[in-house]
Amino acid sequence: MKRELIKFICFSLFVMLMPSFFKGGYLMNVLVFVGINTMLAIALNLLLGYAGQISLGHAGFFGLGAYLSGIMTVTYGWNPWQAMPVAAIAVGCLAYLIGFPILKLKGHYLAMATLGIGIIIYIVFNETYDLTGGPSGLSGIPNLELGGIVFDTDVKNYYLIWTFTLAVVLFSINLANSRVGRALRAVHDSEVAARVVGVNARLLKVQVFALSAVLSSLAGSLYAHTMTFISPASFGFNFSVELLTMVVIGGLGSVYGSFLGAALLTLLPEFLRSANDYDIIIYGGLLVIMVMFMPGGLVRGIPDLFKKVFKTKGGADHA
Amino acid sequence: MNCRVISYLFVAVTIMFSTTALAAAPIKIGGLFAVTGPAAFLGEPERNTANMVVDEINKAGGVKGHKLELVVYDTAGDATKAVQLTTKLIKDDKVVAIIGPSTTGETMAVIPVAEKLQVPLISCSAGSKITDPVKKWIFKTAQNDSLAVGRIYEYLQKSKQTNVAILSVSDGFGASGREQLKAQAAKYGIKIVSDDTYGPKDTDMTVQLTKIRGSHVQAIICWGTNPGPAVIAKNARQLDIKTPIFMSHGVSSKKFIELAGEAAEGIKIPSGKVVVADQLSNSDHQKKSLMSFVKDYQKHYKTEGDHFGGHAWDAVMLIKNAVEKGADSPQSIRDNLEKTRGFAGIGGTFNYSPQDHAGLGKDAFVLVEVKNKDWVVVK
Repeated sequence: MKRELIKFICFSLFVMLMPSFFKGGYLMNVLVFVGINTMLAIALNLLLGYAGQISLGHAGFFGLGAYLSGIMTVTYGWNPWQAMPVAAIAVGCLAYLIGFPILKLKGHYLAMATLGIGIIIYIVFNETYDLTGGPSGLSGIPNLELGGIVFDTDVKNYYLIWTFTLAVVLFSINLANSRVGRALRAVHDSEVAARVVGVNARLLKVQVFALSAVLSSLAGSLYAHTMTFISPASFGFNFSVELLTMVVIGGLGSVYGSFLGAALLTLLPEFLRSANDYDIIIYGGLLVIMVMFMPGGLVRGIPDLFKKVFKTKGGADHA
Repeated sequence: MNCRVISYLFVAVTIMFSTTALAAAPIKIGGLFAVTGPAAFLGEPERNTANMVVDEINKAGGVKGHKLELVVYDTAGDATKAVQLTTKLIKDDKVVAIIGPSTTGETMAVIPVAEKLQVPLISCSAGSKITDPVKKWIFKTAQNDSLAVGRIYEYLQKSKQTNVAILSVSDGFGASGREQLKAQAAKYGIKIVSDDTYGPKDTDMTVQLTKIRGSHVQAIICWGTNPGPAVIAKNARQLDIKTPIFMSHGVSSKKFIELAGEAAEGIKIPSGKVVVADQLSNSDHQKKSLMSFVKDYQKHYKTEGDHFGGHAWDAVMLIKNAVEKGADSPQSIRDNLEKTRGFAGIGGTFNYSPQDHAGLGKDAFVLVEVKNKDWVVVK
């Protein structure tokens, strides 16, 4: 536990010192989204990496959080700080309700069902013009404000978003190392065995599904208040798949892996932009290579790589 | 020894000065186009056109001795990316003006950024809320949907076909058109009998059309971009619907006629003048711009230039004109843009003012009809 704490403190320091390297340039803006995506990847990882339940509809929960926050603040004039928890609770309740029938399904069927939910939510955003503004989106969402500070620049938003993200990281690490975390991993390995030793697998799966939705919704609210504009296109099926890719590339069942995955998938397109029209090919190629040679994700693959390099060097010395 | 050091220094200093002098010369313009993704049919011609126009301007010696430099990024139609790239263009590339994005959704998302960082942005998307209310730094070149709707309704009013059915696509373009169709109906004495939508990826619209057939309307107005409207045209032909069909400017290119084939005959749309450039009389103000755009595009890319590319053409030319009048900073370009009067572009004749950053009047659209596989102006 102490080691975990030291790791977390190092990570926090790393995150908090980041802005001093960038001096408010454009990358600052991208790093804000790395924060949001990290939160989402962790949320999905709790479900997929720990409990072993797939979801292809998380962009939907992310969108619900964003839209509920947006609608409550824009149309009904709520304070964003009130709208955020209300949205999170509402999304959590919804996930809890649909979790019971859906999480009875396994494997491909669960993937299909969650995919369906994501698409239904997306269609609702598109079709309820009066509420969501339809496909042309909802604008004029207020920035968050705290004690006279309005979070309206990239640097301010960076600290805001990453404070939340770090809280989620800490919470998830604690959860993963608790009794609940062990129960989740038991369900992942064998649901039957977990039930035999007294884990209420069915309820636990629904709970973690709801928790994952709540965290996604929170990320959605933060996204809405930093972007100040939302449209359904950001919450489609593609984004669900992108989240899934972040989790898998980063490393299943690892909180820091989620960060690595989110950071890589958010930053990589920016660095590849100089390759113009070939960026998509390089991007795809890199993903394939990573999945092939780092099946455990970046979080395990990178240390392995270091070890390999180190070992061959050591061997050469001997010879 | 000393002599050598001094000569080195001298060379170094001259090189430094000459490079800074060169680096100061080009005027950097940013371009944000949805070159890939679902809105690629907008972004690609826009990017191609912008590149082409900037090349031609530079070949002709630039603007007042300044070369133009265009930095283009692909937004893939994604609002989040558009926001990031706008920040990048302004903060890292230090552009003095931005052209794009291609869709209304992306434009609405980047408006707060451009406004805050104070860089003029000329959007290539049509949504009327982009410039209504007027925002200090935001302009646009695409014609408002309201003008297109006005064109159709005017014609319907004149020919006394006042009971209409609306069929719109459920995306940003369709939603905005539908809103305008409903809002302006009363003004022209039009009665909307039925109001249906279809999905952007639907491949069969017989259900909606069968319903419309049963409602005895005098005209069907379909609002969408390819390929949906072509499917509707074909389905209507299959169902033997004789009611006149009107479509939006979203299909005003040869592509639509290719997709719909025989079924396109007789369909009327409000369109920018670019599809009928060669049929315009020589007295038309836009004729010169239109012909040069169409010819250049044909020469460079071996296909026909459409009015989407025209939006980018207009945007580059507007900036060029602003620079020609002595502007070189974001502030002065913005001020000069606002003073644009009577600029005959591809989309229409632009007259910007502090109260109007869309700048186009009703004459931006003509009503055209498909006859013998080509667009013909409806007299």
